[in-house]
Formats: sequence, structure tokens, C-alpha cells
Amino acid sequence: MKDMMRLIEPLIPALRRYARALLRDRTAADDLVQDCLERAIGRWHQRRPDGDARSWVFTILHNLAMNQLRRSSARGRHMAIEDADDEALSRPPVQEDALRHADLLHALAALPEEQRSVILLVSIEDLPYAETAKVLDIPIGTVMSRLARGRERLRRAMAGEAGLAPPAPYLRRVQ
Amino acid sequence: MTARPITEEDLQAAVDCRLQPTRQAEVAAHLEAHPEIAERVRDYRQQREALRVSFASVAEEPLPAELHLGRMIENRQQPGRRWWRSAAAAAVLLCIGGTGGWLLHDVAPSTSAGIAALSQEAAASYAVYAPDLVHPVEVRADNRAVLLDWAAQRLKRSVTIPDLAASGYRFMGGRVVATAHGPAAMFMYDDDKGTRLVLLTRTMAADQTAPMSKQSHGTAAGVTWASRGIGFSIVAPLPAARLQPIAEEVRRQSGNI
Repeated sequence: MKDMMRLIEPLIPALRRYARALLRDRTAADDLVQDCLERAIGRWHQRRPDGDARSWVFTILHNLAMNQLRRSSARGRHMAIEDADDEALSRPPVQEDALRHADLLHALAALPEEQRSVILLVSIEDLPYAETAKVLDIPIGTVMSRLARGRERLRRAMAGEAGLAPPAPYLRRVQ
Repeated sequence: MTARPITEEDLQAAVDCRLQPTRQAEVAAHLEAHPEIAERVRDYRQQREALRVSFASVAEEPLPAELHLGRMIENRQQPGRRWWRSAAAAAVLLCIGGTGGWLLHDVAPSTSAGIAALSQEAAASYAVYAPDLVHPVEVRADNRAVLLDWAAQRLKRSVTIPDLAASGYRFMGGRVVATAHGPAAMFMYDDDKGTRLVLLTRTMAADQTAPMSKQSHGTAAGVTWASRGIGFSIVAPLPAARLQPIAEEVRRQSGNI
């Protein structure tokens, strides 16, 4: 378990960040990371020793997050995007930046789930494309096409071209 | 002059700075020749930077205690020791609690007896009965005497129903509910907005006296304590800071049994 401390512990801040960006709720995200770490501890001995610890633990987290989002959307209770925990995210200090920041989060919220995951893993978590493909269990070509489509969609939304439709809420509040 | 055509993948990799130096130069030349593509790539880069700034501070926040990996590993490897540690911690808390102070202490949900169990039972009652639109309580407030008799008979001691009007909560009614540690009385209150609050009380075999502790049950918060063999746990979808004075009011009123 010493190597687990060495390999996994430094990743916890990034895991929290990814979970929060997906669920957009501080408590729900931290609960998810806790669940992820419990599972990681339980399965540590099953891990291929030559495998990459980062993509391994991100895979666990991503799958838990998708299960949670699916479960809660099946339950049909949801929270409007305006009520989402924006406090959970940081805000840049400058006023105009704050507006732009809110627009960007809205645009991100409006993306299809599959494009959002790719953008978050590549742009924010700095995962190489091959690692992103492993975490999402998709071919690398699919990573590239989702990345291109997602980025273009965000760009258009920010430019006000395609951003007119209200974004669909993606956070489903779990009771 | 470029050997291979520049693809969309090359452009994305340029945004993420993941191109080989030779390819990087080829892409740069391509962008120079195509200003509209260059503008698009510049937008992507700005977008990437903005996203990173937006989420940067999350990774800098101090880790909550629940996410301390070392502690999680230790707990899993030594389940026997965990019990002793909780007991020792509880003993310490009892001493501090004796001075009458309000204590913020997160009870581990895995603890199987005492106020930790009571807090879970209260959360379960809250989850089941509070959203119930048809039959949230078995005996309504206008039959208070019937409810008090019923609860006293099953709990084998007299029970009081705290008056929380000063906190803005009306008594709706209650019922006797089953717990793994015997019968408990569940009282429900609501405010003008329809926010429901559940108070669960039962006799305590473990943790006969315990200071107030707070719990987080998803979107609801809980406050749990025990006094002279009777445990109380209050659960409501309120911030812990707002639930605390209500809990103190309950404790004040039920102290005169």
C-alpha cells in the first residue's frame, strides 16, 4: 500500500477537480471521490503493476460519475442549472472575466456528456490522448473527433452563434 | 511546403501543445497561410486556458478529512482497531461535551452502535417519511395525546414533543418507527415553505450520554446527541448552522422530562 500512497495520493486534487467539473456540486463530487478511493484501495492488488495509475484511478472515477448521472437522470429529479452550485467553482477576480467565466460554464454544461468528459480530461487534467481513450474506453480517433466537435461547439457558444438555446441541466441532484 | 496535409487532429494537438517539433512547424506554416484557421486555433487555446483557470482553485483547496488516503487505507486494513479508536474518540468527546460546548464532530457512518447508528436511523426515517405527501405521519398533531401514549408505551418512558414554533416549525404529528435498536418515536415538523424536519428519539444502550454532533446526509443535515439514556437525532434539509439552534431548543425542552 506504500506505492498506492505514492502513486494515488498526489492525484486526489485532480480527481476532486474532475468530479466537481462533472457533477458541479462540491459535496456530491467529494462523496464520489471518496467512493472512488475506497474502490481503488479495494482493487489495488488487482491492478496491473505496469499499468498507469492515473488512467486507472480516473477510469474508476469516471465510471462512478457516469453511473451517478445516469441513475439520477433516470430518477427524473433534476436541478436547474441556475441553482447549481456555482460557489463550488472558482471565480476569476475581474468582473468581465466573471461574466465570461459564467458563460463558459454554461456552454460547457450544454455540451453532450461524451464531449464534456473528453474536453475536461484533455484540457484541464492534461491527460494524453491515449490515456483519455483508456479512461473513457473508446478508440483514440473517437477522442480526437469528440475533442474537435466539443471545442468547436464551445467556441460557437462563446461567440453567441449556437449558444442561444438554453443549456440542458446536466447536474441531477441526488436526494 | 508540407509533406502531409494538416488534419483536424493536428490542429487539436497544436492547441494542446502535443505535436512533434517538425510537425509543429508544419502546422505553424499552415496557420500562417490560413488566417481563418489560425483564428479558430487561437480561440481553442483561449478556451482551454479559460477552462483551466475556472477549475484551478478546486485542486488547491485543502483536502477534507474524508479524503485522507492514508487514513482510509488504515481503516480498511485494521477494522478491529477502528472500533477502539472510535471508542477512545467518543470518550474524549464526552469529556469535552461535559463542559456544555457545541462540538462539530462527524460521526463515521460505519459505526454500528450508539449515536452514529441513531443518526443513520433518523436519516432513514427522514428519507422515507419526509417526502411522503399522502401519509407522512401516522398520528396527526391534533391527536397529540394518543401519540404521546403510544410512544411512551413502546419506549417504556415518558416522551415530550418539543414546541419548535419559535424556530418557525409547526408540529405535524408522528409515529413509532422500527430501528435496529428497538422502537423509536419519530416526530415531524414543517415550516411555512413546507420544509420538513424529522426528530427521532429512542432509548440508548450505547452512548447513553453524548454531546451534539453533526452529520451530513446528502442534501440534508443532522444533529444527534444523547442525554441520560435517551438519544435524539434531528434531520432537515438545512445548513448545519441553522439546524444547530433548533437542536439546542429540542435539547432544552426535553431536558425537563
